[in-house]
Amino acid sequence: MRLESKKSAARAGGVVFGLLAAAGTAHADFALNMTPGVSSVSREVYGLHMLLLWICTAIGVLVFSAIIYSVIKFRRSKGAVAAQFHHNTTVEIVWTVIPMLILISIAVPATKVLVVMEDTSNSDLSIKVTGYQWRWGYEYLDEGISFISSLDRQSDLARQRNPVIKPREVENYLLEVDNPVVVPVGKKIRFLLTSNDVIHSWWVPALGWKRDAIPGYINELWTRIEEPGIYRGQCAELCGRDHAFMPIVVKAVPEDEYRAWVEEQKARMAPGRQEPAQAANPAPASQPQQALPPAAAAAQDVVAEPTLAELMQLGEQAYLTNCASCHQADGTGMPPMFPALKGSPVVAGDIDAHLEVVLRGVPGTAMVSFAHLSDAELAAIVTYKRNAWGNDTGELIRPADVRAAR
Amino acid sequence: MAQAQGGYYVPHGSYWPLVGCIGLTTSVVGASGYFNGDWSIWPLLVGAAIMAVMFFGWFGTVIHESVSGVYNSQVDRSFRWGMTWFIFSEVMFFGAFFGALFYARVFSVPWLGGEDIVTNQLLWDSVNLRWPTAGPGFGHLEWEPMGAWPLPTINTLLLLTSGVTLTIAHHALKANQRLKLVLFMWATVLLGTTFLIFQGYEYIHAYRELNLRLDTGIYGSTFFMLTGFHGVHVIIGTVALLVITLRCMRGHFTPGHHFGFEGVAWYWHFVDVVWLGLYIFVYVL
Amino acid sequence: MTAMTHEAEHHGPPSNFFQRWLFTTNHKDIGTLYLVFSLVMFFIGGAMALIIRAELFQPGLQLVDPYFFNQMTTLHALVMIFGAVMPAFTGLANWMIPIMIGAPDMALPRMNNWSFWLLPFAFAILLSTLFMPGGGPAGGWTMYPPLMLQHGMSFPFVIFSVHLMGISSIMGAINVIATVLNMRAPGMSLMKMPMFAWAWLITGFLIIGVMPVLAGAITMLLTDQYFGTTFFSAAGGGDPVLYQHIFWFFGHPEVYIMILPAFGIISAIIPTFSRKPLFGYSSMVYAIASIAFLSFLVWAHHMFTVGMLLAGSLFFMYATMVISVPTGVKVFNWVATMWRGSLTFETPMLFAIAFVILFTIGGFSGLMLSIVPADFQYHDTYFVVAHFHYVLVTGAVFSIIAATYYWLPKWTGHMYDERLGKWHFWLSVIFVNILFFPQHFLGLAGMPRRIPDYALQFAEFNMISTIGAFGFGFAQLIFLWVIIKCVRGGEKAPAKVWDGAEGLEWTLSSPPPYHSFTTPPVIPETEAPAR
Ligand code: HEA
Ligand code: HEA
Ligand code: HEC
Ligand code: CUA
Ligand SMILES: [Cu+2]
Repeated sequence: MRLESKKSAARAGGVVFGLLAAAGTAHADFALNMTPGVSSVSREVYGLHMLLLWICTAIGVLVFSAIIYSVIKFRRSKGAVAAQFHHNTTVEIVWTVIPMLILISIAVPATKVLVVMEDTSNSDLSIKVTGYQWRWGYEYLDEGISFISSLDRQSDLARQRNPVIKPREVENYLLEVDNPVVVPVGKKIRFLLTSNDVIHSWWVPALGWKRDAIPGYINELWTRIEEPGIYRGQCAELCGRDHAFMPIVVKAVPEDEYRAWVEEQKARMAPGRQEPAQAANPAPASQPQQALPPAAAAAQDVVAEPTLAELMQLGEQAYLTNCASCHQADGTGMPPMFPALKGSPVVAGDIDAHLEVVLRGVPGTAMVSFAHLSDAELAAIVTYKRNAWGNDTGELIRPADVRAAR
Repeated sequence: MAQAQGGYYVPHGSYWPLVGCIGLTTSVVGASGYFNGDWSIWPLLVGAAIMAVMFFGWFGTVIHESVSGVYNSQVDRSFRWGMTWFIFSEVMFFGAFFGALFYARVFSVPWLGGEDIVTNQLLWDSVNLRWPTAGPGFGHLEWEPMGAWPLPTINTLLLLTSGVTLTIAHHALKANQRLKLVLFMWATVLLGTTFLIFQGYEYIHAYRELNLRLDTGIYGSTFFMLTGFHGVHVIIGTVALLVITLRCMRGHFTPGHHFGFEGVAWYWHFVDVVWLGLYIFVYVL
Repeated sequence: MTAMTHEAEHHGPPSNFFQRWLFTTNHKDIGTLYLVFSLVMFFIGGAMALIIRAELFQPGLQLVDPYFFNQMTTLHALVMIFGAVMPAFTGLANWMIPIMIGAPDMALPRMNNWSFWLLPFAFAILLSTLFMPGGGPAGGWTMYPPLMLQHGMSFPFVIFSVHLMGISSIMGAINVIATVLNMRAPGMSLMKMPMFAWAWLITGFLIIGVMPVLAGAITMLLTDQYFGTTFFSAAGGGDPVLYQHIFWFFGHPEVYIMILPAFGIISAIIPTFSRKPLFGYSSMVYAIASIAFLSFLVWAHHMFTVGMLLAGSLFFMYATMVISVPTGVKVFNWVATMWRGSLTFETPMLFAIAFVILFTIGGFSGLMLSIVPADFQYHDTYFVVAHFHYVLVTGAVFSIIAATYYWLPKWTGHMYDERLGKWHFWLSVIFVNILFFPQHFLGLAGMPRRIPDYALQFAEFNMISTIGAFGFGFAQLIFLWVIIKCVRGGEKAPAKVWDGAEGLEWTLSSPPPYHSFTTPPVIPETEAPAR
């Protein structure tokens, strides 16, 4: 038996090592450890993490050595005879007090870091972040800019059950969005997190922390990014079917570049132009052109009196971005949880009732209000729904109709 | 009957537990179907009826065994421990609802109503909230909170008195004064019943005159959940007291051997104490 | 010991199958029912875990819809916790505690039957939701609102099935406490009890203290959904986070409910195979008691990211860290018990040693999680998943497996197949580490939990983990086979199965008579603390 167990142990080591080695050569991208990140906070957190790791490793080595020593040394097969002692007050006190001291030595730096993290005062700009199932909405409170940020089209295509492109062919698979949050470096940025439906959690590892977005309440989180770059994260609180598919991309740029971006956005948001803000930065650096233009981009071209064809085209885009995750691209839904819109009496019926559902949601269900979309987008979506998939009502809903229904 | 350890009574098999499982399962499946709107309320009622039969049968067996004297003092102690820990679990159950009440009053309502400035300004139009409130989204509701006077205070006195009458009955039992025992037991049952009638009246008053409902925001939620679950316990307690009273009249208990009586008495006192908590935190403060 | 002189009073089990198993009031039969039920649930929950792992084998969605994936995650956890681990411990308590403390049976035998039989009904309801329109629960085992309120028709069924499980565990716990407090043989003082009885006494207290709180929390979910209450909705003055507080007030003690009995088991096995008394018996008792006490004060460490008050975060951080101290005392005491012993390595001992090492690893990651700023990064990642599987699988489950090997000869009267047992052990211990160790890396590298699909940099470790999962899963088929083989026959086991074992259970024949101690054994005044 002794021999057998040793052999097994060797085998165990071999298997683990082999697998790790195989993994190492297969893909150079994988990480073993937390990222130190790009802000002072994230580096402090990383330091704390490494401190913990080393303390645990050290205690582990001590405890496990004692076990292994006993297993080797005090085995009956080697003639060990059992001593009969069964307590020793001194050692028991020692191994109560020493861990206590170790814990204090951890608690002190941990408390310091925490106090710094919780202090959101004196920020330079505030961005309100709203979680939606399953996308993020951003609102620059000081600038009056707002937009919605969703999973990019490429990832969205690749994440289907029988995809037209493979996940491995998509760069930054599941970590890319259509409209990233653009922020200046070197500024204290305060994020105000909330949610429109269920709890989400806004997490960009490089910034060192995550915080929950809770409907009806606002949570705060701040950062001061030190290096320009693109930092990726994702929703970290189970929020339903597409929880895995609501990434976050933060694009940190130098101050002047940021100002330019802001001006551009403001111009876009200016009164009289009824489209949603579109982060017009030429798709994030890491990614070439996006295969399909985001729905919102098309919305810019919609005039007050669009044609049916225009609305259908824009509507399809916006529908795919906002609605298809529940009601499916072909409008068949996933009954009974998510009703089909194809042939739905609501969709075919009274326009006001239809708009009511979309603008107010259905309380107590996953169907939340989509009032955060622009009039143009909503008009397009509703028009699209009423004419697609054989719902041929031939009706055309104009942005003004939506505005009136709000 | 297997007896051991100076007569520890280990009962032989019984089908009542299984009936209990079937009853509970029918009840909850029935309730689920009912909540989903798929079924009428009948399956739920059938389940409840099975439960009633089960309690009747099971306790009947236990009473029979107890009266025939197979339980020794050790068995009695097991029952006492069982009852004690059962009541403890009930205390914790109420603890969850009290926790909700405290949380709402100490944290969530103040936060929403101004203490948490960003939340208040950005999401709730800087609305100012103070307890009692239905919450920032329910500002359009016209309703009034339930005052501590007169009904709740009268109810408090009723319950406290019932605790006293029950204790007098207990002493009478120990002193073997049957008439006094029975009279004070009936008094206790009567007080419990009066409490329930008043509470029913209070609810009607709330719904009809105050427009205070279960869905009147957090105030209505905590008010009706706490008083409602308490009321359910009073109903159970009153029924139990009634049974005990009838058993007293049948002469089931002896001055030295009356766990059934004491178990119900403990339960009643527990219901009483919970009411005091309710009275203070739901009505007065 | 005067135990086995009462053959005359021996009553056999009823011969009628239904009478014996459905109506039973016998602690051994009920214990057996619990254990068998738990094993079935372990395989069902494990099969769900394998579906999870299979989907995660590669990036992209290959096998299941994301919504179904979430159902698997949710049900896997509920089945494992309420169906596998807790019933297994209750089963062990039923079988062993009366024997260990010299009692004829459990204190409340009929209620004992009820606690068990509620479970199959509860799980029938829970699992049936998978076949309902809209599918089963998909909000995670924590059932947070508002997400939990977005379910189809399964919602009330799930809530009520959890209620039934709660009622069952409360009754089981009341029974254990009443038994331990009231049924001890004369001379079996509390401080002479085996650690397993101690651990369960305290566990029972935890169960009764927190299961009703869970019941309260999910009842509020129910009324929020169907009666318009607003406990968890800001518009009505409530708060979704309120649910989390109530849930974790239950949830954290719950995880100790799943580990304290394990401590008891390990404290029985290690002395036996070290042939040496348990080191520090009384400090072990105090350690368990303080862990249980502290467990009521740390719940919010599961919710550091919800945005608590600073003072709150600090309090919960410190309180959580302190739990490491009594837990450390236990680990050190086990090591000191092995120190200068005379060790042999039968299967139960192998699992026990693996428990000490791997549980400690899980404890270390727990300590790391308790540090608030670091938890801001760890929270809701696979680092947490790795943490709790180390404490639950290589902790709770390993202890249950160890207990099974340890007492199987006592239960069946036959020795199990030691060679197969060793195979089971080595395969398990190797694969379980392949399964869960890489999840630490995944979590640190940024992989969130509860996702069916992930970014490409997580591909390698997920693949390794999945291989480990299937290896570990199939290794459990050996366990199943060992048990079946042992029940059906084998070398006869003596009363005292292990030469180093001490305690009343080893004074009874293997298998013990249907009613254990029909007259109480006498525990000598002088006897050293039991092991
Ligand atoms: C059996 C179950 C079990 C056990 C025993 C533990 C034990 C511990 N757990 Fe764990 N935990 C879970 C089950 C368990 N946990 C589960 C299921 C979850 C996730 C729930 C969910 O979200 O779904 C969780 C999550 C969880 C979190 C939340 C993480 C998050 O979501 O962000 C935290 C944070 O503090 C935590 C901490 C701890 C600590 C400090 C211990 C301590 O008790 C550990 C103490 C032990 C040791 C430290 C090792 C031995 C000690 C020594 C050798 C002495 C010397 C050591 C030092 C001084 C460091 N656990
Ligand atoms: C005691 C509790 C317990 C146990 C024993 C386990 C055991 C296992 N767990 Fe589980 N797990 C949890 C408690 C537990 N888990 C909890 C609480 C969660 C959190 C849920 C949440 O987020 O809400 C979780 C979540 C969880 C996840 C994360 C899911 C996600 O975040 O989306 C994963 C992924 O790898 C996982 C894997 C496993 C595996 C591979 C095992 C293995 O150890 C299982 C091994 C056993 C078998 C495989 C059985 C053998 C089966 C066969 C051999 C074949 C099948 C046979 C038949 C059908 C007859 N678990
Ligand atoms: C998070 C999932 C989700 C998303 C995203 C979603 N819906 Fe819905 N929708 C639902 C659910 C669930 C219902 C059913 C509500 C109920 O029970 O009445 C619904 C119902 C509807 C109905 C009523 C249909 C009927 O027959 O009752 C319409 C119309 C509708 N949604 C339109 C939309 C539009 C337009 C969008 C996008 C702008 C959208 N939905 C996005 C979940 C969603
Ligand atoms: Cu949003 Cu997860
Ligand atoms: Cu915990």
